[in-house]
Amino acid sequence: MTEYNFAYLDEQTKRMIRRAILKGLAIPGYQVPFASREMPMPYGWGTGGVQVSAAVLTPKDTFKVIDQGADDTTNAVSIRTFFQRTAGVATTTTTSDATVIQTRHRIPEEPLHEGQILVYQVPIPEPLRFLEPRESETRKMHSLEEYGLMHVKLYEDISRHGHIATSYAYPVKVEGRYVMDPSPIPKFDNPKLGDMAAIQLFGAGREQRIYALPPYTQVVSLDFEDHPFEASKADHPCGMCGATDSYLDELIIDDAGGRMFVCSDTDYCEVRQAAGHKRKDAA
Amino acid sequence: MTPLLSVQGITKRYGTHIGCADVSFDLYPGEVMGIVGESGSGKSTLLNCMAGHLTPDAGQVVFDTRTDGPHDTITMSEPERRMLGRTDWAFVHQHARDGLRIGVSAGGNVGERLMAVGERNYGDIREKATDWLGRVEIDASRVDDRPTTFSGGMQQRLQIARNLVTGPRLVFMDEPTGGLDVSVQARLLDLLRGLVRDMGLSAIIVTHDLAVVRLLADRLMVMKTGRVVEAGLTDQVLDDPQHAYSQLLVSSVLQV
Amino acid sequence: MYVAVKGGERAIENAHAWLAEERRGNTDIAELSIAQIREQLSLAVNRVMAEGSLYDPDLAALAIKQARGDLIEAIFLIRAYRTTLPRFGASEPLDTGIMACDRRISATFKDLPGGQVLGPTFDYTHRLLNFKLAADGEVTKAPSRDAETGNVPHVTEFLNREGLMEEAPHDDTPPPDLTREPLEMPADRALRLQALTRADEGFTLGLAYSTQRGYGRNHAFVGELRIGSVPVEMDIPELGFAVEIGEVILTECETVNQFTGSKTEPPQFTRGYGLVFGQTERKAISMALVDRALRWEELGEDNVGAPAQDAEFVLYHADNIQATGFLEHIKLPHYVDFQSELELVRKLRREAGAQQVQEAAE
Repeated sequence: MTEYNFAYLDEQTKRMIRRAILKGLAIPGYQVPFASREMPMPYGWGTGGVQVSAAVLTPKDTFKVIDQGADDTTNAVSIRTFFQRTAGVATTTTTSDATVIQTRHRIPEEPLHEGQILVYQVPIPEPLRFLEPRESETRKMHSLEEYGLMHVKLYEDISRHGHIATSYAYPVKVEGRYVMDPSPIPKFDNPKLGDMAAIQLFGAGREQRIYALPPYTQVVSLDFEDHPFEASKADHPCGMCGATDSYLDELIIDDAGGRMFVCSDTDYCEVRQAAGHKRKDAA
Repeated sequence: MTPLLSVQGITKRYGTHIGCADVSFDLYPGEVMGIVGESGSGKSTLLNCMAGHLTPDAGQVVFDTRTDGPHDTITMSEPERRMLGRTDWAFVHQHARDGLRIGVSAGGNVGERLMAVGERNYGDIREKATDWLGRVEIDASRVDDRPTTFSGGMQQRLQIARNLVTGPRLVFMDEPTGGLDVSVQARLLDLLRGLVRDMGLSAIIVTHDLAVVRLLADRLMVMKTGRVVEAGLTDQVLDDPQHAYSQLLVSSVLQV
Repeated sequence: MYVAVKGGERAIENAHAWLAEERRGNTDIAELSIAQIREQLSLAVNRVMAEGSLYDPDLAALAIKQARGDLIEAIFLIRAYRTTLPRFGASEPLDTGIMACDRRISATFKDLPGGQVLGPTFDYTHRLLNFKLAADGEVTKAPSRDAETGNVPHVTEFLNREGLMEEAPHDDTPPPDLTREPLEMPADRALRLQALTRADEGFTLGLAYSTQRGYGRNHAFVGELRIGSVPVEMDIPELGFAVEIGEVILTECETVNQFTGSKTEPPQFTRGYGLVFGQTERKAISMALVDRALRWEELGEDNVGAPAQDAEFVLYHADNIQATGFLEHIKLPHYVDFQSELELVRKLRREAGAQQVQEAAE
């Protein structure tokens, strides 16, 4: 595919996206409108993340793509292949080796370090969207910091279910100012958002928004004093590596409804297995 | 004493048509001002100009803010005005549905203003909401029900609770009893009178119903075609109207 | 046994190979050529050009072939290709008044300067399957005459002379560019028209139809519908003047809509406008009706809450590439989000169960 520019997008477009990224980094949590381009993969399949990755990748980068925590799910493979082809960058599945990690719906288990960039694919960037469908109105609510409605939603959850009934895409407040959608990561991952050493960039292609968290940003999950935020996961160890601190996928393994829980972060699980960790037989 | 609200020369035109013209008055803390007139008299336009829902073409609406003293709310920045709107000011709509979140429980409706000003304790919010439901005579067991399951009178009382929960210093009311059955009106008026007295509320009430102002208002302004034609103490205006139009209004009520 | 999707790479390769085979179909049947698609499925080609926002019949035909006839998929291919094209500049505004019309009809005037030309239309065909086509598609030559020369004035201009038509003042403001700037509200009319011309035909048709049925009724007549080719000129800075760089076929629809006037303005007709690449008249008429419905605010009409009046609703949902991508993305794995929901629901059920047991005990 030599007829395409490095990382597919032309330099003008990448510059435009970089400007949006810089603005996003300067105003953490603020959704910067950008002129999203039509990419050769469908909207909703990571076009925002792909455009952000295209704008930040350099020929020296090492690129990792995960979808639901895994390097080998079909869409992750598809995006990784795309950049192998159009940018010729090195790719890896090892979290610590990657300089740019594009992710859908997970934050890697292994803490990221300075110099890394985590790029999120975002379907609906607006945390207020399902309370207020109008973009013109939600933008006003952000600019005036009118977030009472957000807590009304949490209040209603508790009064109905006894708990805040949001388990993923759990809204956060950034540096005490903007309420932000962390993309549909499980709320288990929310505590990793704050004070992270890596740069976090969020791209929503269809909705034409980019937002960002610079390193070591304060990120607080919304809650009530007497119903504090809780990062939860399945109460099992990983059936492959025995990890008790990682987010788990549930697999149905036979017709009798037998189940198994394994790390959703495939790299984390493989590294642990290679280091000799095994599942506890009692589990 | 500094007036709580000082309205000066409020004028609002719709094209060539006059909404309201050159209206001025002062409202002191603890006072209830009634604005009466038939439909089209400009009373609702005036109320919406004062409450920041409409921008007047001329005039000032100076409010004695807690932090900075008297401030013109029309030239105030929108964030400041909206902040007022969820703290010191309250607005009771004629139709409860305009002032309620219809898909949110009664408790959530009352709690919204508390959460908007930063309350973050679920238990406290719920307790205050339940307490307020009691004060507007809604049974505490309804706290998790949505207003759609409420009668018209209950919806209006819920709207009042939702507005008063943060202890506003000034309440705007637009025909608060309009659209309700007569018996329901009487109960609501009674409730409002109690709240106004107990809380020492300052309020501006727009209505076409003289019974409402007779019960609630200390002072009265009569409006006709956008202008104030008569103003004074409520009893004075109602018992001895001077302007021909006021006389007509009062006599038409008596005939009912 | 850990059986989750491993080997995604090979699965994708195999799927692609199978897809290619299915696209070709039975190899005993002759393969379609791009030229055949371009010439014999030209209305499909036109739709792909219009909604793909790229005027190139051969590329559109290729996209249709590659997409196995799925037009939205073909439009997607064209859009993605379009992204990679360098932009040399913008053409001069097209003058549809010099269109070489293949078709020109007016529903408001029986006769008009330039005449009505029915052109190649399905309008008065009886919709009976022509079984002869199944065996033999040869046609006899249609009668022809010389083309009219000279300008073809717009019907709305005649009404305009009488002051019966809402003014459309000349405006040289460069229009915003939907493909280069994010769509933001409120959108002016130029931006709305830009979004509508590449909007999904079905969505636009549905909205337009809803206005006719009373959801934001604006009582439209087709003042004029014209289809034909128009020269495209571009200013070449090195030359210092504009030169013709080609021709495009366009469909233009101007509707004449009722308007009662106000205290300050006498009663006059108002306009709706549609302009679309290729012979695409259903789309052009739909576009004009929706354009008119969206103009309620500038014309001082009431918002009756009709979907077609809601610019934010219309513009954010009209693009079929955005819509189909997001709709179909729910096919992607959502193990993680689903897992977290699963745990939450289990927890809530556990607690509800425990509560019931306790209540029963009391």
